[in-house]
Amino acid sequence: MSPDASSLSGMAGVPPLRGDLALVAEMIEPGARVLDVGCGEGELLAYLTGVKAVDGRGIELSQSGVNACVRHGLSAIQGDADRDLADYPTGAFDYAVLSQTLQATRNPRQVIEHLVRIGRHAIVSFPNFGHWRIRMHLMLSGRMPRSHLLDHSWYDTPNIHLCTLKDFTALTDELGIAIERSVTLDRAGQPFSLDPRGHFANLLAEQGLFMLSRRG
Amino acid sequence: MSTDTVQPSRAEQALRPGQRLVVSEPLELDSGASLRPYTIAYQTYGTLNADRSNAILICHALTGDQYVAEPHPVTGKPGWWSTLAGPGKTLDTDRYYLICANVLGGCMGSSGPLEINPAIGRPWGLSFPVITVADMVRAQKKLIDHLGITSLFCVLGGSMGGMQVLQWASSYPDRVFSAVPIATAARHSAQNIAFHEVGRQAIMADPEWSQGNYLELSRNPSRGLAVARMAAHITYLSEQALHRKFGRALRNREAVTYGFDADFEVESYLRHQGISFVDRFDANSYLYITRACDYFDLAAEHGGVLANAFRGTPTRFCVISFTSDWLYPTSENRLIVQALNAIAANVSFVEIETDKGHDAFLLDEPEFFATLRGFLDGCAAHRGLSRA
Repeated sequence: MSPDASSLSGMAGVPPLRGDLALVAEMIEPGARVLDVGCGEGELLAYLTGVKAVDGRGIELSQSGVNACVRHGLSAIQGDADRDLADYPTGAFDYAVLSQTLQATRNPRQVIEHLVRIGRHAIVSFPNFGHWRIRMHLMLSGRMPRSHLLDHSWYDTPNIHLCTLKDFTALTDELGIAIERSVTLDRAGQPFSLDPRGHFANLLAEQGLFMLSRRG
Repeated sequence: MSTDTVQPSRAEQALRPGQRLVVSEPLELDSGASLRPYTIAYQTYGTLNADRSNAILICHALTGDQYVAEPHPVTGKPGWWSTLAGPGKTLDTDRYYLICANVLGGCMGSSGPLEINPAIGRPWGLSFPVITVADMVRAQKKLIDHLGITSLFCVLGGSMGGMQVLQWASSYPDRVFSAVPIATAARHSAQNIAFHEVGRQAIMADPEWSQGNYLELSRNPSRGLAVARMAAHITYLSEQALHRKFGRALRNREAVTYGFDADFEVESYLRHQGISFVDRFDANSYLYITRACDYFDLAAEHGGVLANAFRGTPTRFCVISFTSDWLYPTSENRLIVQALNAIAANVSFVEIETDKGHDAFLLDEPEFFATLRGFLDGCAAHRGLSRA
């Protein structure tokens, strides 16, 4: 834990982050304004507030998640990425983060457009549906693929808009969105370096993590 | 500013104890009238710290008063927020300095229709000017100035208290470090106005009301006021809570009596609510304060765009609503949140799951207390307030 964390007396302590969130946190400059969409119980926000002294806000679908955030002194509202991002003004935040939530939105294209509008940078992570295990699963078993990141049956999954890395980069190209940084992650959540547009990344990465911005 | 802190007379002190500020400068009201001098009756709890940074202003609701955390001088019941405010509690008087003022137009010592109009030496009655929520807040600001507090750590309140919180944050953003509007709305809805009108008509239909002159005629429109309270009280509860509490249970009898006595427990309960209310409240005051709520529409003052009421605000907000509150429902509270999001203000929004209706903000709701405490702790950390 950084010494900065103890200066916020509202923070009892800042626990370490799960792998992909730690990578997100690394991308964020200290003191920035951050909107975390789908903030859960505020793990990332607590870390960023405590360690990087960011001005953070969260949006979370579950009321219990929001209440937990506020109980811990974080700013959060109950809301949903599809409906509520439209309320925020352009350029209001340095970073708009959407971690492992894109595939559960009703209109991911619009959500991405809002993220790069609201944030000078958008940070988006999602499970790669092009991973070889998923392809094999469907081919060999003939059943809808499940993985440790996508652990639901087809009939009750919240993940209604799954995509591959190639699908995602094709959409950002179509929307004229620049990819400032990208990280591919393996099964253990460890980053490895491959061109996210390439064939190998699309086969080998279990997750993609992108920092985006509007072109120009 | 010329102000005096006066000692009320002994009789007055026994009836409505506490502190008084008399302001001799005129208060310019929204109606165009001006009021001078005027009195603000208030209570404080805890100690103001050396840099005057730990003050919390509590804004009371329609029928509330300044006796937040001490027995009520008339009813002897515990203060209306004594579950929340006190040593070691969520509003910790060991840490914070709590201030609550009786609203302008109220009947617990602040200037209002019950008080003597100093110009004529008789009660104001209906000659008291019609006031608004913004007028209440203007008067409170004089008090905060008088106490030498340049920035309130927090302004909080529920229902009409929440309207005052919004008005404070809008009118004096640099004086409000954090704001907690609870179970409230940025405008009174047609339904809200309609219920208030029922209450007012009940009072005015009571012959004892005497066109508002009952004080001078030594009369008391207690029946009208009690009916107003009964009707309002229903709106403070949820259907579910009423059912859980009373169902169709009969009152001390085995069967219905085929008459109009209070056969049902719920009738008896409401009658009790009405009768006990008139001991501590003034009928004309009820007219004035309900009117102030009805006139409240913060967006209207800002070109119809609520976000404009808060543009550039440095205040940290926490909006709180309750699932079963149908008087100030979550949807109304969410409009406040949307307006604050539209200007990227620092806002939290919590909806508390409860079946207790609008009244939940006055009751012991652990989730509500825990989130409020978390919000205040977070704000205190940002403000650099030390722990108690």
